[in-house]
Amino acid sequence: MGLVPEIDFGTPASRSEKLVSLSIDGKTITVPEGTSIMRASKEAGISVPKLCATDMVDAFGSCRLCLVEIEGRPGTPASCTTPVGPGMVVHTQTSRLKDIRKGVMELYISDHPLDCLTCAANGDCELQDMAGAVGLRDVRYGYEGENHVKARQANGDGVGVNFNWLPKDESNPYFTYDPSKCIVCSRCVRACEEVQGTFALTIEGRGFGSRVSPGQHEAFVESECVSCGACVQACPTATLTEKSVIRIGQPEHSVVTTCAYCGVGCSFKAEMRGEELVRMVPWKDGQANRGHSCVKGRFAYGYSTHRDRILNPMIREKISDPWREVSWEEALAHTASEFRRIQYQYGRESIGGITSSRCTNEETYLVQKLIRAGFRNNNVDTCARVCHSPTGYGLGQTYGTSAGTQNFDSVEDVDVAVIIGANPTDGHPVFASRLKKRLRQGAKLIVIDPRRIDMVKSAHIAADYHLQLRPGTNVAVVTALGHVIVSEGLYDEAFVRSRCDWDEFQDWAEFVSDERHSPEATEALTGVPAETLRGAARLYARGGNGAIYYGLGVTEHSQGSTTVIGIANLAMATGNIGRPGVGVNPLRGQNNVQGSCDMGSFPHELPGYRHVSDDATRDIFEKLWGVEISDEPGLRIPNMLDAAVDGSFKGIYIQGEDILQSDPDTKHVSAGLAAMECVVVQDLFLNETANYAHVFLPGSTFLEKDGTFTNAERRINRVRRVMSPKNGYADWEVTQNLAKAMGLDWNYSHPSQIMDEIAATTPTFSKVSYAYLEEIGSVQWPCNEKVPLGSPIMHVDGFVRGKGKFIRTEYVATDEKTGPRFPLLLTTGRILSQYNVGAQTRRTENVVWHEEDRLEIHPHDAENRGLRDGDWVRLASRAGETTLRATITDRVSPGVVYTTFHHPDTQANVITTDFSDWATNCPEYKVTAVQVSPSNGPSHWQEEYDALARRSRRIEGRLEAAE
Amino acid sequence: MSLQPASTEVTERVASVIDACKGLEGPMLPILHGLQEEFGYVPPEALPIVAEALNISRAEAHGVMTFYHDYRTHPAGRHVLKVCRAEACQASGGDMVLVQLQAKLGIGFHQTTSDDAVTLEPVYCLGLCACAPAAMLDGQVFGRLDADVIDEIVDEVRR
Repeated sequence: MGLVPEIDFGTPASRSEKLVSLSIDGKTITVPEGTSIMRASKEAGISVPKLCATDMVDAFGSCRLCLVEIEGRPGTPASCTTPVGPGMVVHTQTSRLKDIRKGVMELYISDHPLDCLTCAANGDCELQDMAGAVGLRDVRYGYEGENHVKARQANGDGVGVNFNWLPKDESNPYFTYDPSKCIVCSRCVRACEEVQGTFALTIEGRGFGSRVSPGQHEAFVESECVSCGACVQACPTATLTEKSVIRIGQPEHSVVTTCAYCGVGCSFKAEMRGEELVRMVPWKDGQANRGHSCVKGRFAYGYSTHRDRILNPMIREKISDPWREVSWEEALAHTASEFRRIQYQYGRESIGGITSSRCTNEETYLVQKLIRAGFRNNNVDTCARVCHSPTGYGLGQTYGTSAGTQNFDSVEDVDVAVIIGANPTDGHPVFASRLKKRLRQGAKLIVIDPRRIDMVKSAHIAADYHLQLRPGTNVAVVTALGHVIVSEGLYDEAFVRSRCDWDEFQDWAEFVSDERHSPEATEALTGVPAETLRGAARLYARGGNGAIYYGLGVTEHSQGSTTVIGIANLAMATGNIGRPGVGVNPLRGQNNVQGSCDMGSFPHELPGYRHVSDDATRDIFEKLWGVEISDEPGLRIPNMLDAAVDGSFKGIYIQGEDILQSDPDTKHVSAGLAAMECVVVQDLFLNETANYAHVFLPGSTFLEKDGTFTNAERRINRVRRVMSPKNGYADWEVTQNLAKAMGLDWNYSHPSQIMDEIAATTPTFSKVSYAYLEEIGSVQWPCNEKVPLGSPIMHVDGFVRGKGKFIRTEYVATDEKTGPRFPLLLTTGRILSQYNVGAQTRRTENVVWHEEDRLEIHPHDAENRGLRDGDWVRLASRAGETTLRATITDRVSPGVVYTTFHHPDTQANVITTDFSDWATNCPEYKVTAVQVSPSNGPSHWQEEYDALARRSRRIEGRLEAAE
Repeated sequence: MSLQPASTEVTERVASVIDACKGLEGPMLPILHGLQEEFGYVPPEALPIVAEALNISRAEAHGVMTFYHDYRTHPAGRHVLKVCRAEACQASGGDMVLVQLQAKLGIGFHQTTSDDAVTLEPVYCLGLCACAPAAMLDGQVFGRLDADVIDEIVDEVRR
């Protein structure tokens, strides 16, 4: 093993296609025009000494160590800032250069501590390496003079305080800033600016007084820093160091794997010492993240060893009993016999299961296979039901495939980005950084969101148009955009005629042209000024490459599918499909929500989005599995719960999902679960759903298993096991053992065999195998004989369904309406440091940034209710009520309030109603009519629920099962 | 250190300075000059407002402001005395003049007398090398500093 090698070329690659040849130290090398001499040298295998250069940021030319001599040119130019020229003859090592470098290093070291042996960067320090490379043997200047190294030093009156010295900043939970070790190379500052785009760091002062300063000389945690880790990665010394490295030491081997948080699917190197994870470092060759990360993937992995993790299977007869730890055999045998008993007693359709968007493709495939081949019904659903099922439906109807059209690299060619109902800086931070980089290069931005999200305005970026619509009026806004595009003749007729059905387009054009869809007519309804909307439509249609990125603010509505269709219509009408820089891009919430949908997790679809009523598809699986598959779609999650309340659905197998916390109308979910006779939860922790479970099967983390995740750009990325499962089995093994206990003859010995089965049965995956992924890194489906290298961009020469289909998008107001009792609209969302229901991130130091859910409310609404910032408020809807504390901010419009749902004690979903998307039942999380009033503490429901949670987490023989 | 938000009054004064300069090309330095004129120094709590207006980060505003020694983080005394420490003045006895001046005022560089009368600062060349050693009091320059001129200056600031 050993560490995964990564070469630092010093400066970024040039995108030029023109090639230039030159000679470096007698070697001839040809590189793209615009490449630096430093990078060209590295490509020729020559390492020019450097300190301030690294290839994640642009050249800076401050350290004066990378000087070279060029024949015919005077002086010693810096190789990082000097581009190659044709026929150049470069020398990187001459006696003159050696002297200069040694002199420069001597000065650096004269203001740097000499505690290398006990330094956390020992073994991973570029300053140390460079001192070695230039042959520094002596520092003539001594340490008595002014320095930044010593806290106390000799002055005229003896030993006194050294005011140049700054103490270590340990405020960030994950890394430390030790100014005494800083060489002021500005790599961290540049990484924060160029890579992350937050601009939280600067160099304060000048000359000898220059120091790295977070914010205005603040502690890291109080500054604008978002803890993405780019600065730590960029630092060549121990100045910025992960606390885990300080605690454990340098890693000795690393394994490339895929982050298990959001749908960006960043590639990371898990850097290990034995089976201990030392740190996660974003992998430069990762094609989704290109070497960048966010606070979750980079640092928030501590949950995997958190003491709350359950490592032994447990069962109990009634949910009021304490849990009893049992062997795997007993737990699985009990589960199998219970499921069989229930089916015998209540019928084949009386049980079902939920696959997990957090687990691998292979695991998801196995769960749906267990349900279809073992339970012998189609009662399988997944959490995509509550997030992106409208995407599947909408894009499936219009384009013919249920996925985003682009890869993330496509953002580099975007001219006009449209963000609808997504908050990328919090939900998809790495994508947000890439988009912000493009915006700083001059791309335009339109934001359609009820809240003033950070993308609307933050350092060096600003939306050209912010359509601050009223929650629930997406369809009206999207249709009005279509109205402007059609009525002002901004559509791309050539594209529509050649690629879409012209009759359907005309029908749609006639529909949107109707005066009632004009921005002027819809303004009163949507709250978006007509002129703003017209401006946005013109910009999107005629601003060059227009790309739409959307999130759950589009899908989680009663008209979620309609909005997706509306978006698809806009992209087709303007010809923004089928090339880099355009497209329709759903920002998927969970790491493998794309994959879980691909793997046949829906009750009506077999793997590869093929309907269960399709005989040919069923035939493939029936032959392979040796069972008959029902041609009737099974129950969706809400239907399962309804059926449970009605008494016809009695058992469920839930892998890696917390439906009680994440699904709408918590009281209905709990009633459904409570009505079942065998609820099996497979998870890392005793989650909220487990309060109603009879069997708990401990799950494994992404660090403990092999598999694949499919991210939002359809990229199939390998997940690699770096440590053995603490619970004994990877999740796929647990499912397989359960299947065996139910009498199925499954004998997979490695997830690669499951992938082989997927490839053999699913045409869009037919060329995918672990060996192939090993060879090419990762691949975007469809990947088959026709497109062996996968499909970064879809619908290039034609839509998957043939002709693109335009569909009318009539706006129908949601039944969830404000009135005198519930005058405000609640919309929900995410925050950067927390993830989904927070089961993982709440068990990491990320709570430093977000320890509770807060209700954002406009100052005007707050004043009317006599609320001050930080007050407890009661948030009530028709469905229920909860309490939480208020944050007063004008990020939300008057009449709109906003909260997150990361914490179970808030239970924001007690408030949300059971209204849902007409096509897919995706719940309407984003619009709930509520009232807000002052309160002095937790609601009755919260207290009751807290007591229930405590009661139901008891484990026999243990004092207290801690949350 | 945790930043204190600016008071409404400070916010309004900062906003008026920003409004006056925002249309300029490269408004950052004119704004900082304007703030120093308005407040006598650049209040740290003004920088977030400047950052917001120019759509930059607090850190960047801080970086620019601290780069220039002329921008003060604290109010100065009623007078500001800048003594030239550049080569020509040093060569013409500037060191001796400085020692006398510091002794009479009882303060060193970057300090303010306890009665808030004067703040002493170094400056690197006033362009008065022909009349070295030189100093500048509240924008008015003095050349050929000697014991008499120093007394004159001290009398002026003590008045």
